[in-house]
Amino acid sequence: MSETLLLAIALLPLLAALLAALGGKAIGRAGAAAVTIGAVALSFIGSCVVMKDLVVDHAPSFNGTVYTWLISDGLHIQVGFLVDHLSALMMVVVTFVSLCVHVYTLGYMREDPGYQRFFAYICLFTFSMLMLVMSNNFMQLFFGWEAVGVVSYLLIGFWYTRPSAIFASLKAFLVNRVGDLGFLLGIAGVLYFTGSLDYQSVFAAAPAVAGKSVMLISGHPSSAMTLICICLFIGAMGKSAQMPLHVWLPDSMEGPTPISALIHAATMVTAGIFMVARMSPLFEYSQAALSFVLVIGASTAFFMGLLGIVATDIKRVIAYSTLSQLGYMTAGLGASAYSAAIFHLMTHAFFKALLFLAAGAVIIAMHHEQDMRKMGGLRRRMPVTYWTAMVGALALIGTPFFSGFFSKDALIELVHASHLHGAVYAYWCVLLSVFVTALYTFRMMFLTFHGPERLDHHAREHFHDVGWDMKGPLVALAIPSLLAGYTIGPVLFGGYFGDSIRVFPSQDVVGQLGREWAGSLHFALHAFVSLPLYIAAAGVLTAWVFVLQKPQWGDAVRQRLVLLNRILANKFYFDWFNEHVLVRATRALGTALWRGGDQAVIDGMAVNGSVGSIGRLAGVARQLQSGFLYSYAFWMIIGLAALLGWFLIRV
Amino acid sequence: MIPLEYLLTLSAILFALSVAGIFLNRKNVLLLLMCIELLLLAANFNFIAFSRYLGQLDGQIFVFFVLTVAAAESAIGLAIVVVLFRDRRTINVEQLNRLEG
Repeated sequence: MSETLLLAIALLPLLAALLAALGGKAIGRAGAAAVTIGAVALSFIGSCVVMKDLVVDHAPSFNGTVYTWLISDGLHIQVGFLVDHLSALMMVVVTFVSLCVHVYTLGYMREDPGYQRFFAYICLFTFSMLMLVMSNNFMQLFFGWEAVGVVSYLLIGFWYTRPSAIFASLKAFLVNRVGDLGFLLGIAGVLYFTGSLDYQSVFAAAPAVAGKSVMLISGHPSSAMTLICICLFIGAMGKSAQMPLHVWLPDSMEGPTPISALIHAATMVTAGIFMVARMSPLFEYSQAALSFVLVIGASTAFFMGLLGIVATDIKRVIAYSTLSQLGYMTAGLGASAYSAAIFHLMTHAFFKALLFLAAGAVIIAMHHEQDMRKMGGLRRRMPVTYWTAMVGALALIGTPFFSGFFSKDALIELVHASHLHGAVYAYWCVLLSVFVTALYTFRMMFLTFHGPERLDHHAREHFHDVGWDMKGPLVALAIPSLLAGYTIGPVLFGGYFGDSIRVFPSQDVVGQLGREWAGSLHFALHAFVSLPLYIAAAGVLTAWVFVLQKPQWGDAVRQRLVLLNRILANKFYFDWFNEHVLVRATRALGTALWRGGDQAVIDGMAVNGSVGSIGRLAGVARQLQSGFLYSYAFWMIIGLAALLGWFLIRV
Repeated sequence: MIPLEYLLTLSAILFALSVAGIFLNRKNVLLLLMCIELLLLAANFNFIAFSRYLGQLDGQIFVFFVLTVAAAESAIGLAIVVVLFRDRRTINVEQLNRLEG
């Protein structure tokens, strides 16, 4: 594994993005697509080579600085790569999903005037994400973090003539700023307590920092490590859309479907999970921070899943599902099961990208209709999409032998094994989410692909199944969605991650589970005598009854549970709270400062006030200048008399 | 011999009268010029009084100079008044306020 190879993996997508963006007519639509797909394919191959070096040849992990940007007071700000088992896994996942999405875009965006721009953006995204996962210091991590945020903003607002898209992109940007503030404070804390931004030296200094405390409120010392970890995690909450900073993710579905799959499901939103796993040597020292992570993650998993049940937009259902699954990963992180969280991240990337791309195929076939109530019975019209989506859905609800089963069941077991504060609450949350996940997933599947056709006249007339440029990526993603779970043995229990993830023996829930490990087949068969499978089956059954057998029951339930229905329809009032309380309060504060501080004090008193008082003084003084000679003479004499008088008194 | 105080009081009265004339007069520029003459005469009176009191002639010589200058000043002043009248068709002090800011 050489530096040149790593540089090529990261920089080829950047080069391609620049070519596609600046090439204009010279490179053309086909040229832009070819260049970006080629670059990402090369990156994918390079990532596979790196993976092979690490796993098969047992090469040592790479940690080196490529370029020193600046040195200020002993602080080195550098571009460097740390490529170990953790980042290699992320690189392969990112480049693979990115490649699938690139190919899929050929078909999805064929008639869009922003074709070249789109390719430039997603290729730039691949570059940013690779910089994020390959980084060996906090500064570069932050660069990648912000760069993916910018590309996400650009892509949510890709159709910039739609007001809703502009609103959604701005919302995503602003909510992420809140998280980024925490993240930046966390990085500042790391720099303050360790004096370095390099991962290796920060991790080496972690035991020393663990003993330190800071006075946030005078008289109440709090642990420095807890503070740093919670600040860093707030950044992860913004990027990975954990409650209460999740509000941007459902709205981000305004963007084209390929980027919903790539950015808002498979890769970018998992950056927070990756970051916390990368910082495991820090998080391990703070039980309080881990409890916080655990509770936030479990709450997100359950409550966001509930919203998926009432959504009618096919993409929004999958978006809420993404929130819920990110909650699972976060809960895993909180339980110190970093490797299991990363493993779920990987399987989720495959099956969630698959589900999104399948939904995109349905949307294209339906002529940009996203409302599931106007679909139905598409199973016969688009069989390939149906079967691949079915693989994704079965993986998502954790059916044994599918990839999602292994990662999700392991996560539930691991949260169960945790002894942190809040672990019991978290366990019940993730367990109940299994039912919720099965319910909304199969509600979506049944509404879209089964039952009677509810297509309107326009959609029926123009219905056309998608071509193989869109079906190909579906199949390519269905394969790992089926099979990726079988790597659970080596990845979780075979010490795959080695030194890149550090866990204290007392909190090592993965190690505990590993002692009972008897092979993935045994694990899958064991599911038939454990609770989650039956909960999931109950969810599917509920969906079947309510959607296909007795659709009128849904309305009856809705009428009985008016309050619950209203809460869910308003998404737990998070948006309401943000718009009516936070935004209004901020605007009121801003208006008060503008009117009071800016207009009254600075403009009114300081600038116009001084001018005005000089003007008024001059207005009084110019009364003296009457223009009459005798008056001037009189004042001269008065002045002379006054001066002489003063002179005489003084003498 | 007339005491010095009498002379100085007379001089002060003349001075005060001329000053009052300068700024009470609202009609005629010529009156202004005459008041200025009176002002100078009051000053001259002081010179002569002190010259007599101190028994020195310097003051009286000074008065000759002042009279000469006063004559020249009156000539120039009258000339200005003539030009002013040609320009404004008036020598009414009330209307001569073009210096007002």
